[in-house]
Amino acid sequence: MKVLAAMSGGVDSAVAAARAVEAGHEVVGVHLALSRMPGTLRTGSRGCCTIEDSMDAQRAANVIGIPYYVWDFSERFKLDVVDDFISEYESGRTPNPCMRCNERIKFAALLEKGLALGFDAICTGHYASILTDDEGNLELHRSLAVAKDQSYVLGVLTAEQLKHAMFPIGASASKDDIRAEAAARGLSVAAKPDSYDICFIPEGDTQDWLADRLGSTAGEIVDMEGNVLGQHAGAHGFTVGQRKGLSIGKPAVDGKPRYVLAVDVKSNKVVVGPAKALAVKELIGSKYTWCGKPKANAQEFFDALVQVRAHGEQVPCQVSVTEDQMVIKLEEPILGVAPGQTAVIYLGSRVLAQTTIDSTVSAVDDFSSASASISGSVNGAV
Amino acid sequence: MSVYLDYAATSPLRPEVLDCYVEYLKTLGNPSSVHTAGQLVRRALEEAREELAKSVDCNRNEVIFTSGGTESNNLAIKGLFWQQRTLDPAKKIIISAGTEHHAVIDPIEWLEKHDAADIVWVPVDYDGNVDLNWLEVFLSSKGSEVALISLMWANNETGVITDIKKVTELADKYSIPVHSDAIAAFGHIETSFKDSGLAAMSISAHKVGGPIGVGALIVSRATKLVSLVHGGGQERGMRSGTMNAPGAKAFALAATNTIAELKAETQRLQELRDKLVEEVSKVTAVAKLTGQKAPRMPHNAHFVFEGCSGDSLLFLLDQQGIEVSTGSACQAGVNGPSHVLVAMGRSAAEAYGCLRVTLGTDSSEEDITAFISALPKAVEGALKAGIPQTGDSK
Repeated sequence: MKVLAAMSGGVDSAVAAARAVEAGHEVVGVHLALSRMPGTLRTGSRGCCTIEDSMDAQRAANVIGIPYYVWDFSERFKLDVVDDFISEYESGRTPNPCMRCNERIKFAALLEKGLALGFDAICTGHYASILTDDEGNLELHRSLAVAKDQSYVLGVLTAEQLKHAMFPIGASASKDDIRAEAAARGLSVAAKPDSYDICFIPEGDTQDWLADRLGSTAGEIVDMEGNVLGQHAGAHGFTVGQRKGLSIGKPAVDGKPRYVLAVDVKSNKVVVGPAKALAVKELIGSKYTWCGKPKANAQEFFDALVQVRAHGEQVPCQVSVTEDQMVIKLEEPILGVAPGQTAVIYLGSRVLAQTTIDSTVSAVDDFSSASASISGSVNGAV
Repeated sequence: MSVYLDYAATSPLRPEVLDCYVEYLKTLGNPSSVHTAGQLVRRALEEAREELAKSVDCNRNEVIFTSGGTESNNLAIKGLFWQQRTLDPAKKIIISAGTEHHAVIDPIEWLEKHDAADIVWVPVDYDGNVDLNWLEVFLSSKGSEVALISLMWANNETGVITDIKKVTELADKYSIPVHSDAIAAFGHIETSFKDSGLAAMSISAHKVGGPIGVGALIVSRATKLVSLVHGGGQERGMRSGTMNAPGAKAFALAATNTIAELKAETQRLQELRDKLVEEVSKVTAVAKLTGQKAPRMPHNAHFVFEGCSGDSLLFLLDQQGIEVSTGSACQAGVNGPSHVLVAMGRSAAEAYGCLRVTLGTDSSEEDITAFISALPKAVEGALKAGIPQTGDSK
């Protein structure tokens, strides 16, 4: 196959490309330029997008012995990922930009371009596995390296995208193995630190970055009953479940810490309360996609597992779908789920589907009425 | 076997230049040393200066060797601006054009940001012509506030030539020094420094069959500029640092031989280029030649491929062994939209669809044939891949 290896300049994508070559594919390395004004050097663990990363990717391609190109996706990235990120926060939601990038850049814009230019597949350094079921359908599964598993951020891939995806390092037991293999292959990125922050926020401070773009208007921090507890400098950037940075002078009556329960951008209020008030028992999303073959009879509730953040735990649940809605009933309540987050549904290790959470149902009876009004004002739907 | 059609990016080292370069690399001596070894190398350096001066048509003392074109441009722009500001603090305006190379635009913008320079960009038309009538009108009202004018002799992407003589005549009325980035032009069209009226002119060795890492700024005897690099005071005090005699020698020889062949090569390359343009129009309907109503360099053919992204074309041609360019790539190797086309008032889509073919000493009919036979497949794929979509968030 003709394979386009997306090379970020990190160790995972370098080893993935090398393995694709060894598997006998005709591989071309490509680095995605996602910013017109890239920084010169990486600082610590901050994302990608620097010239140093591009040079690291090129050096890796040279060592592996494959052609290398840089393709400009900065326009698309700005529109589909950065602007989306800002507007999601603007409406009080908590987006996952890596997911958007996979959905709209790597496995959409890049894949489309690759297919048009004669390639058969995109190879990336994601920790996930593609397996085939008895009928020959492709399935996305968690990687063998459980701690590094990235199947969550790939939950947006459709059956068609899976056909053209290749994750050569998904069958590795650990990141250490990948680093050791990179070193053995003479790749200088073997010891390069992992990136885990949002790549387009170079300073790493999401709240400041958002304030620069959305402005910040001081407002009230209130409890569930609407009592004013303090002031915030701007509602954007608060995330449901957040505990730090609330700067409430007055302690709670019960002396327990308080968490952000909801961000109401319309009234510019941040609602806080005890940890237990964060508990939700149901997640509802209006848009969902199947990752591979859809589940039969999915309009009836079926047993599954759900994960709501990139490195979160999976929780047993029951799921059912209609044409334009997915309902996820959790067996045990979970804390701090914000609208905008993605719920990825698993059947065992297989990724089955995903939805963007639009609203949640509180697990706490005495909070349900408050939750309903908060949720309603934030999302416009309960 | 690949076909190299990117002479504007860099040119192959001429064989006789390689021999000369290697010979002087083997020669021991610092040109500033007093002993015999030093004197021998100094002699070689000064021979090179004299030889290069003949190719440039300037006085030998006007040749300041540098590490290349970018350094020459920086030295000219910052050096002239600071010199002018010292003499008259009211002179804050730098005039240039948006179609210049980044090695001119970026130092100017740096001076705006760090040294209170005011930038005035001369309008450029659809074909890449710099509007000198506009310049004349502007100078008539603000001429006394202008510190310098920097306009390139020929554009490195589109090949469009600017009438530098006319520029210096306009500037002369207000005693404004004019710098010209002649890196793309030198060796491809006539560029007499003496006749140009320029205060400074940048040139580079590797564009004319010399080695990378050697350039020169030609600075007229009447012109003073502030040095960027301080040290031993070499090169008329304008460029300190041990002088690169082997590089200078190789540059001088490359320039001499290129200039000697200029007339014959101009005719040969222009014929080849015109054939290429004609053949392109036969095999694809989406390619549009840039600068049709502008004087252009004989070895350059620049196209906008409607509905294509330049980097797709580049990739698909490279896969077939054809080496061309989209224009100038930035440090990270990204082929974004061309700032030159944008400055010419073209749309983002046009600025994305650029392809530059540049010919030189080894270019032949076979190269053109190979390019033309590879092109349809590349255009087909590039059209399918489309241009970077704006506003579509599928």
